[in-house]
Amino acid sequence: MAPDTSTQIHNIGYRSYEGPRLGRAYARKSLFSQSLRGAYGLGRSAKSKVLPMILFAVMCVPALIIVAVAIAVPGSTDLPLKYTTYALTTQVVIGLYLASQAPQSVSRDLRFKTVPLYFSRPIERADYVLAKYAAMASALFILTATPLLIMYIGSLLAKFDFAHQTEGFAQGLVSVLLLSLLFAGLGLVMAALTPRRGFGVAAVIALLLIPYGAVSTVQAVAYSTGATGAIEWMGLFSPISLIDGVQAAFLNATSAFPGQEAPSTGVGIVYLLVVLGLIAGSYAALMARYRKAGL
Amino acid sequence: MTVIATESLSKRYPRVTALDRLSLDIGPGVTGLVGANGAGKSTLIKILLGLSPATEGRAAVLGLDVATHGSAIRERVGYMPEHDCLPPDVSATEFVVHMARMSGLPPTAARERTADTLRHVGLYEERYRPIGGYSTGMKQRVKLAQALVHDPQLVLLDEPTNGLDPVGRDEMLGLIRRVYTDFGISVLVTSHLLGELERTCDHVVVVDGGKLLRSSSTSDFTQTTTTLAVEVTDSDTHPDGTAALRAALTAAGLSLHEGEEQGLPGAGHILLVEATGEETYDRVRDTVADLGLGLVRMEQRRHHIAEVFRDNDQQQLVRKGAGSDGA
Repeated sequence: MAPDTSTQIHNIGYRSYEGPRLGRAYARKSLFSQSLRGAYGLGRSAKSKVLPMILFAVMCVPALIIVAVAIAVPGSTDLPLKYTTYALTTQVVIGLYLASQAPQSVSRDLRFKTVPLYFSRPIERADYVLAKYAAMASALFILTATPLLIMYIGSLLAKFDFAHQTEGFAQGLVSVLLLSLLFAGLGLVMAALTPRRGFGVAAVIALLLIPYGAVSTVQAVAYSTGATGAIEWMGLFSPISLIDGVQAAFLNATSAFPGQEAPSTGVGIVYLLVVLGLIAGSYAALMARYRKAGL
Repeated sequence: MTVIATESLSKRYPRVTALDRLSLDIGPGVTGLVGANGAGKSTLIKILLGLSPATEGRAAVLGLDVATHGSAIRERVGYMPEHDCLPPDVSATEFVVHMARMSGLPPTAARERTADTLRHVGLYEERYRPIGGYSTGMKQRVKLAQALVHDPQLVLLDEPTNGLDPVGRDEMLGLIRRVYTDFGISVLVTSHLLGELERTCDHVVVVDGGKLLRSSSTSDFTQTTTTLAVEVTDSDTHPDGTAALRAALTAAGLSLHEGEEQGLPGAGHILLVEATGEETYDRVRDTVADLGLGLVRMEQRRHHIAEVFRDNDQQQLVRKGAGSDGA
């Protein structure tokens, strides 16, 4: 008797895949978006969303207050804080964000030895490093540029001078772009040194805070002893003061150095070269790191 | 069609020679790569994936040269590493979907293929839970799934049975067999246990010190290397059952191995019989029954790689001995 085929449930068994394989560029893009989303806890557990979201909120609240004050105070013609100063005053928040998310981005793959699974696929070392670096820098850029955007929109609502605000906003964006690239590079290098997440967090915080503390102290001493010429050179030795120096020299920013001793244009070029060198160096260091972390 | 071909492939590190003029020709099917730790198995896999340049010689996978087409090879090949490689805080589904996209599958296809592949390796409802809570056997299945998710033409499995209990081992070996018979994906599987590969593979390649020691179909191996461990009880008629059986089996024309496990507890009570085919099992059973002894166990012994050499040596000795007897 022939079975009634119309009511049978078939075990369809193994089906092979005949569809498109989108290759390296697609894989790199996927890794970038996965890492960027991961930097804000998206696609991860609810617990891992808490810290990045809180820090993001903490970054935005002062901008909202600044805007509210600017609109509320009658007769004001400009925002009470420059666009370029915002990242300097919130550097602790940026540091905490980097310290919590950079290890998350790279230490996990190292610690759980997932890296070989990537490199046994079409993507190469450069694709992996590029995607991770770009994702971390983009995450930092979102963190630092969003408050500037809030301030810019607020200033337009308050009908401040459009050309002046746009110029300041553009300068602020360039500044935080440089900051994002520099901090992302340094943070990832520190985090990739160790598969232990805790060490990574500590290393990133140490890298941002200790040189900054030392530089500020020495600068203050130099200022009080009247050796003001040394101040501009001292700023080369910590990440945040590097950004401070670059934007004070080229982006019309007010320096946070003691006595607002901004670097001259000549020294400013040295600052810019050091920043670009550190960004390139971070990329090279990450490439070297993953040479050994392969299969 | 040749799946993997190497031609006097060598890999030298400053102080070690990992591969020494290795020439292989592996066809479709399940191929076992056997070697002790440090025999060059992992080095070979790295070269085959195009991740490490050979010092000299050539290698091709699926007809593509590893030196120039590494990326194209890795698109068509799956790899399951020996070590742990799974993040504990994501679910198997999320992880395998991500890995499918890393292999170039579009988002929708990655989801579909992940669901299919996890079902084929035997992960059902638990695939939505974080991997951290999985047993070793389940983790091995996830590792296998990520190697199969992009429907490769060949998978390289590095020690897939490591850390599994005997039941898990048998299940994994059965799964590996199905990867070829049901999915049509050729398999290169490494192990340091020859015995378990004999049952899974069509072909076994033995490497040692980076050199090809032996390459033959599994039936050749089974014929020459299967050993039965036999243990019997004593009876009133035969106070030393083992000795009585030894005499009877020798008289029946079976050859016994000696001294394999001396010094181990119970070694004196275990006879190692060389099995030449199905009839050996019947012969042992009948002989034990005729003597009126109780058969405690009769099992296939798993071979370690070292036994391949020793067995070869022994067989040569035995043949020499047999020749001189006849003269």
